[in-house]
Amino acid sequence: MNRRTQTVPEPSLIYSKSKAGRIGCNVPTCDTPEVDLASVVGETRSELKLPEVSELDLLRHFTNLSHINYGIETGFYPLGSCTMKYNPKINEKAAGLAGFAQLHPLQPVETIPGALEILHGVQSMLCEITGFDAITLQPLAGAHGEMTCLMLVKAYHASIGEGDKRKVVLVPDSAHGTNPASAARCGYSVKSIPTDADGNTDLAALEAALDDTVAALMLTNPSTLGLFEPNIEKICKMVHDAGGQVFCDGANMNAMVGTTRPGDHGFDCMHLNLHKTFSTPHGGGGPGCGAIGLQKHLEPFLPVPVIRSVGDTLIADYDRPHTIGKVAAFYGQFLMEVRAYTYLRAYGRERIADISRYSVLNANYVRERLKEVLPPAHDRPCMHECILTAEKYKKEHGVRALDISKRLIDYGYHPPTNYFPLIVPECLMIEPTETESKDTLDDFCDALIAICHEAVENSDLLHDAPSTRIVGRLDETLAVKQLDVRWNG
Amino acid sequence: MPMSAIPEGLKYTKSHEWIQLDGDVATVGITDQAQSELGDVVYVDLPSVGKTLSAGETFGSIESVKAVSDLYAPVAGEVIEVNGNLDSSSDLVNSDPYGAGFMIKIRVNGDLPGDLLSAAEYSAHVG
Repeated sequence: MNRRTQTVPEPSLIYSKSKAGRIGCNVPTCDTPEVDLASVVGETRSELKLPEVSELDLLRHFTNLSHINYGIETGFYPLGSCTMKYNPKINEKAAGLAGFAQLHPLQPVETIPGALEILHGVQSMLCEITGFDAITLQPLAGAHGEMTCLMLVKAYHASIGEGDKRKVVLVPDSAHGTNPASAARCGYSVKSIPTDADGNTDLAALEAALDDTVAALMLTNPSTLGLFEPNIEKICKMVHDAGGQVFCDGANMNAMVGTTRPGDHGFDCMHLNLHKTFSTPHGGGGPGCGAIGLQKHLEPFLPVPVIRSVGDTLIADYDRPHTIGKVAAFYGQFLMEVRAYTYLRAYGRERIADISRYSVLNANYVRERLKEVLPPAHDRPCMHECILTAEKYKKEHGVRALDISKRLIDYGYHPPTNYFPLIVPECLMIEPTETESKDTLDDFCDALIAICHEAVENSDLLHDAPSTRIVGRLDETLAVKQLDVRWNG
Repeated sequence: MPMSAIPEGLKYTKSHEWIQLDGDVATVGITDQAQSELGDVVYVDLPSVGKTLSAGETFGSIESVKAVSDLYAPVAGEVIEVNGNLDSSSDLVNSDPYGAGFMIKIRVNGDLPGDLLSAAEYSAHVG
């Protein structure tokens, strides 16, 4: 058993450590004339409560809090569909170089040839990896990339005189919720396409839905079921024959890097999450980058600026008469691109396929080791993540996927994604990524197997979990109904 | 564990709604199976009284801690009552799906659709 214990004190707010008059730093003597603040800004806020602590109080407070945090650097993080791989520290070192970190976005473009080189370099490498003709790095998140792709599709249909009739976007029922949201945001109506019993797109339903009102199909490949769509070329041809475009949701690109290319499958455009697949920070460390790739016919509509070479020089091209305009300030999240560039160059062309090979191998290893206790939703090899069902524990012992996930916290692991995709009952979605060793995967699988035995023998352990942490089971229903994010101290 | 309840005398849809007919008034809710799959219900979005629905049309949505799902009208007709208690007590859908957790009442217009299921048929449908 790999249970970690914690001996940290109860978490509290810094305010509870405040003592009037205690200071954490010495402010230099004022060497400018003193100004009466109230006469400048009006009445000062004497009621404003600020913590008064020493430097050591402060350090201990936040260091202790950081010790009860959980991240990829403290443990395994198998959150499916999120690709929580390790981001090597060298990425941060490169992004912190003064020549990158201290650039100003309004600097004359002639003074930033190195930055343009990075942007162009990432674009070129992503073109090669995805098989698309062009890449823009501007969208600031995955869903932003989806939306930008649909804006290109819309501009393309308008340019060939079909903008008025193509109003429908098709989205499989296994899709991420952002897909229908992006389509709706672009003014399309959404039609759901069912998944067949084998976990593939239902071709008969797709055929029935295709007509001259369809603007695009948004397809995640590999799907959120962790399965590669075997009919992908046929599907792209069906949509193209009906005059539609095919968008690839690239959330699961980690399974394909260096092995197979969406641009070769027939897709017209796709988005990539640099913060998943190409090792730039997620969430709080972000913001992210939802780069998009596209075929030549969509290139005229690219957002500006387009970073491209003219002879030996790189330029930021704003002179694009058919552009959809700007989708982000300046050049997008430039330092994300520096990190992705570092990551890509560290792998190199020779080893880049290791990403997909090891991530797929790891997911299949987990699937195989757990299949007796948690059967896979579909009985065939998976891609970079495995989708398992805890349905039998619910039926026979009243234990849900949620209870299993919560019990994993007691065993020292971040839980996998649960209840997604929605079409798999009592779903657990495990994505180990390529950065985990067999030893880590074995320890994790041992924990899950032990938990499944507990579900049969002593299900209260699961219903009450987590019981060894400073925070127990949260009331998610109450949290939704009475959302309170304000500190009332 | 007890199987989910599927009372006799009600009609069901494949999308997990139930209806109870009293003359030409149909009371509509979601099944025990559906509430069990959804988990704790946090919000139910229902139409206004007077709205006309066709069979199979989306009449509202239900949100649980897991997902948001559409609600489909099992029959065509006019909404004559909406369960206002669900505004403040959406948990009634979980605790009493066939009673206090009902959603709307519809004055049925025309014949019942042919694809409504009996209790036995719905039981077979959910396996």
